[in-house]
Amino acid sequence: MKEKKKKFTLSQKHNATGWAFLTPAALLIVIMSFVPMVKALILSFKTGVGANMKWAGLYNYARMFQDSVFRQSLFNNFFYLIIQVPIMLVLALVLASMLNNKNLRCEGLFRTMIFLPCATSLVSYAIIFRSLFAVDGFVNTVLIKMGILNTGYNFLGHPWSARIIIIIALVWRWTGYNMVFYLSGLQNIEYSVYEAAKIDGASPFQTFWKITVPLLKPTILLTTIMSTNGTLQLFDESVNLTNGGPANATITMSHYIYNMSFKYVPNFGYSAAMSYLILILVAVLAFVQMKVGDKRD
Amino acid sequence: MTRKIRNFGMYFFLTVVSLLSVFPLYWMAVAATNKSVDVIRGTLIPGTYLVENFKNLLSLAKVGPAMTNSFKYAIVCTLASLLVCSLAGYGFEIYHDKIKDGVMSIILLAMMVPFAATMIPLFQMFSSAHLLNSTLGFILPSISTPFLIMMFRQSARSFPHDIIEAARIDGLSEIGIFFKMFFPTMRSTYAAAMTITFMNAWNNYLWPKVIMMDENSITMPMLIANLTEGYTTDYGSLMLGVFLCTIPTVIIFFLLQKSFAEGITGAVK
Repeated sequence: MKEKKKKFTLSQKHNATGWAFLTPAALLIVIMSFVPMVKALILSFKTGVGANMKWAGLYNYARMFQDSVFRQSLFNNFFYLIIQVPIMLVLALVLASMLNNKNLRCEGLFRTMIFLPCATSLVSYAIIFRSLFAVDGFVNTVLIKMGILNTGYNFLGHPWSARIIIIIALVWRWTGYNMVFYLSGLQNIEYSVYEAAKIDGASPFQTFWKITVPLLKPTILLTTIMSTNGTLQLFDESVNLTNGGPANATITMSHYIYNMSFKYVPNFGYSAAMSYLILILVAVLAFVQMKVGDKRD
Repeated sequence: MTRKIRNFGMYFFLTVVSLLSVFPLYWMAVAATNKSVDVIRGTLIPGTYLVENFKNLLSLAKVGPAMTNSFKYAIVCTLASLLVCSLAGYGFEIYHDKIKDGVMSIILLAMMVPFAATMIPLFQMFSSAHLLNSTLGFILPSISTPFLIMMFRQSARSFPHDIIEAARIDGLSEIGIFFKMFFPTMRSTYAAAMTITFMNAWNNYLWPKVIMMDENSITMPMLIANLTEGYTTDYGSLMLGVFLCTIPTVIIFFLLQKSFAEGITGAVK
C-alpha cells in the first residue's frame, strides 16, 4: 500500500516536470501566435486610426472586394501558386529520383549545387534576380549580343514578364529545398523495389509513376501544403524583385497588407481583415489538400 | 544503346540544372569584384575592383552595425530557440499523457497561422511594451516554433527509456538527465535545428522591417534592400552587399549540410 502511494507521487512529480519543460514553449506560442490571432480578428471589425478605433461590422470585409489593388494581389498570389508550385514540385521530384539512382556518379556534387540556392537569403536572391533581369542587366546584355534583341527589354516593367520572372526566381530558390524532402522520403523506400522493377522490364518513366510517386505520397502532401502556405504569404520577393510594380501589377497580399499598415496612413482594421482572408485561404487549402491526399489511398 | 542515350540525357539534365542553380550566385560574386560598368557589359571573370566596391559600400550604408545586429539577433535567437524547443519536445515525448498530446496538436495548429495575420497585433503589443528596435523584440516571436518542437519530440522518441531509468536510480534529477544525457546524445538533431533556426533568423525580413525603425538597429537584409532604393544602381557595391549578406548562411550550410539533411529526414518520418 505504501509502495503504491510512493509510485503515485513519483508519477505526479514526473507529470509536473513534463509541464515545467513544455510550458515556456507553449506559453510563447500562445502569446506570440494565438493571442495576436484573436486580436487581429477583433481589429478586423473595427475602423479608424490609433486610439480612435470604432466598430465597423463587416465594413472592412466588404471593402476588400471593391478594392482593385487587393483583387489584383489576390489574383497574383493564386497565379504564382497555380503556375509555380506544380512546376517546382515536379522538377524537385524528377531531380530527387535521378539523384536516388545508386549508379549515378558525382551524386553529392549535383545535390550540393542544386541545394545551394536555399542557403541564399530571400532578399539577396530577389536583388540578384532583379539585377540579372534589369534593362541593363546580364540577361539583356546576352540577348543583345546574340542579336535576339536590339535594345534592352524592360522585363520588370511589364506585368506579365515581371510575374514570370518572379515565378522563375521562386522555382530557382525552392526546388532544391523540396528535393531534399523527396530524397529523404526516397531513402525510406527499399532500393530492391527499384531493382525488381528493372528486372521486370519497367521503363524509368513507369517506375517513376508507379513506384516513386505513390510511395512518396505523404511527402508530396507535406511539400504541397508547405509550398501553398509559403506562396500565399509571399512578401520578400514582391518587395525586392519588382516592388509590386509596375503599378501594383505584381504585388502580393502580404506586401499590400504591409503597405496598408506601415507605409501609407496606417489602416490596421482593414489590414487585419485582409490578413484574415489569407488565414482562411491557408486553412481551407490545407484542408482540401489533406482530403484529396487521403482519398487516393 | 537506348540506355546510353538515356544516361547521357540524365547527366546532361542534371548538369544544366546544377549550373543554373549556381550561376546567379557566381554572377553575384563576380559582380562584387568588378566595376559597375563592367558588370553591365556582362563580364563573367572575377575583377580587381573589390576594395573600391567595399569603400563605396561603406560610404553608402552602415555595414558594420548591420552585420553586428544580424549576428547578434541570429545567435541569441538560435540559442534561446534551441533551449526552449528542445526542452518542450523532450517534455512532450518523455512525460507524455493524453492532455499533453492534446496541447501538442493545438501547438501544431500554429504552423498554419500566416505571419501577416499576427503581425499588426504583435506590432501594437511590442510597441506598448517598448520592445521596438531591441534584440528581445526581434527574437520573441520566433523562439518557439511548432516545427522545432516537433523535430525534438521525434528525436526524443528514439531516446532509450532504460537510460532515463538508470540515470534516475543513480540519483540524477530530471533536468540533469536532460542536460547530461539527452543533449549530448542528440547532437545531430541540435545541429540540424541550429542550421534551420540560424538561417531563418538571419534571413527574416518582414518582422525586422516592421519593428526596427532606428537605422542603428537594422539587419543585413534590410540594409541591402535599402541600397536598391536609389535611382542609379552601383552594381559592384550592391552585389558586394548581397555577397556579405549571403556568406554567413552559406558557410553554416556547408558546415552543417549533412546534419541538416538528417534533421529533415527525422522530421519527414
